[in-house]
Amino acid sequence: MATMTLENISKTYAGGVQAVSDVNLDIKDGEFIVLVGPSGCGKSTLLRMVAGLETITGGTLKIGDRVVNDLEPADRDIAMVFQNYALYPHMTVYNNLAYGLRNRRMPKDEIDRRVQEAAAMLEIGAYLDRKPRALSGGQRQRVAMGRALVREPAAFLFDEPLSNLDAKLRVQMRVEIRQLQRRLRTTSLYVTHDQLEAMTMADRLVVLNGGVIEQVGTPMQVYSRPASTFVAGFIGSPAMNMLPMDTLRAERHAEGLSLLPGRTDLVGIRPDDLRLEPSDAPGLTLHGRLALLEPAGAESHLHVHLDGSDQPITLRVPGVPEMADGAMLTMHAAREALHPFDAATGKRLD
Amino acid sequence: MVENRPLGNLLSHIILIFGVALVVFPVWVAIVASTHPPGTFVRGVMPLLPGPNGWENYRTILLEGRSRAGTPPVIGMMWNSFVMAMCITLGKLAISIISAFAIVYFRFPFRIFFFWIIFVTLMLPVEVRIVPTFQVVADLGMLNSFAGLSIPLIASATATFLFRQFFMTIPEEMLEAARVDGAGPFKFFKDILLPLSITNIAALFVIMFIYGWNQYLWPLLITTDPEYFTIVMGIQRMVTGGDSEPLWHLVMATVVLAALPPVLVILFMQRLFVKGLTETEK
Repeated sequence: MATMTLENISKTYAGGVQAVSDVNLDIKDGEFIVLVGPSGCGKSTLLRMVAGLETITGGTLKIGDRVVNDLEPADRDIAMVFQNYALYPHMTVYNNLAYGLRNRRMPKDEIDRRVQEAAAMLEIGAYLDRKPRALSGGQRQRVAMGRALVREPAAFLFDEPLSNLDAKLRVQMRVEIRQLQRRLRTTSLYVTHDQLEAMTMADRLVVLNGGVIEQVGTPMQVYSRPASTFVAGFIGSPAMNMLPMDTLRAERHAEGLSLLPGRTDLVGIRPDDLRLEPSDAPGLTLHGRLALLEPAGAESHLHVHLDGSDQPITLRVPGVPEMADGAMLTMHAAREALHPFDAATGKRLD
Repeated sequence: MVENRPLGNLLSHIILIFGVALVVFPVWVAIVASTHPPGTFVRGVMPLLPGPNGWENYRTILLEGRSRAGTPPVIGMMWNSFVMAMCITLGKLAISIISAFAIVYFRFPFRIFFFWIIFVTLMLPVEVRIVPTFQVVADLGMLNSFAGLSIPLIASATATFLFRQFFMTIPEEMLEAARVDGAGPFKFFKDILLPLSITNIAALFVIMFIYGWNQYLWPLLITTDPEYFTIVMGIQRMVTGGDSEPLWHLVMATVVLAALPPVLVILFMQRLFVKGLTETEK
């Protein structure tokens, strides 16, 4: 149980490459923080710096009240779950769990108590005598979790722990990790590139891009008020529509643009905020031609080209509407659903 | 292949049997020859069936040797060979696994340089550097000693290189997990690397043991005291030593005995050996 404070954390590699720059983050005790971003955004580097596997080249890292910048990973009171599990192949599951505790010279019966407890919690009690190679991917994942659990650390660090599992198992493990963390109330830092994982698991999301924090907030804050065009495009699927103000204005198919801040030159609209029925409410009305309808079961994705400008946009509607390709559509988005951005800086304007 | 072609099968069996016979025949001749009385070979006809003298020949050679040709009892030479082979093998394994550990997991100055130096020694086997090495060993007073027999042969670029390649296939996350688990370099080596390398060690053990056992030129050079003769050089002394005709029945008995330990090592370590060469379980 501990807070974690990152002050101006930076990582510059020997060649001068800046992988992470000036990250500031206050993590509360028991909070589940998800670091999310595309490949190469520095999220793994940041996590590895917290773990002590990469040196911190700038800034201060505190776990609890302790500055841990120069401590070995083992002395930081953290536990890490690796992407490839990194189980010791020649040891039984029991020994995999116990190894870290033995290195700490913990008494035998205490080790046994903790291993049994973790095994019961993760339902791997039946496999304690097996070697990792005799386990399925999901079971290995549990053992990797167990290895972190028995340590009873101040913080858990997860490095894309679910990316090697198949889709179904991933959803299941996602729920289990979240429930486990709720129960143990252990501060956690979780790295993923999957925005759905990030949305569903996080207490707070940290969206990283190019080694810089783009936005920090609860999943709903980030979703409903993305701070930049990058966040808007990264969080949410299908991605937010980005409509240049020029096309909207020039083609006269937009009313209600005056409601937006004057400097707006890019308008973001989430695919689910576009309604197919016309409305008199303040907002934006668009006209377009259906290019493709993608049914996805409970919902459908409509790909529409706007009149005149041929600007493509995507809508998400419930069910499968009866309409043919080429149908003329009128769409409406309420004022609250319009996200004004500055195209040059990518920043949100309201 | 799961094809079933009787003619092809027959043909491949004939070729295989021919190949086996080619290899086995000399061994058979040696075994047969070692069981005949002394006079048989002077007649110039090679017998192909075992003779009646096997027990006596082996007893003579093992316990008495051929004192007139200056050859000590074979049992002593076998012991010498065994000690030398074991020293070379264990020394090679210990040194090469530790050097590979250093080269793969530590960032020290001139790391790559040292790696290449080790690699270059591959091109300098004993035969090439035999004169200077002899001088060094002689100056150190190691002639006629087990140290002199084994230490100059103990460094192994091949084994270092093989261990290095193996260590590089171990995922880096394993090292990181061990670090998070509080294992320092030595613990990581002892608890993780060594157990994972066990099949490689076994495979190298077999190869190195045979290499050590078969050493001929080096022992011949540095041992003058019969107490340190090894069996492989002993065979040579038996053939050329003395002024009588070579006693082929005794020579052949020695040859059979000399071939035995490597065969036993392979038999016992075969399963691990094959595993070490083929399996890549991590």
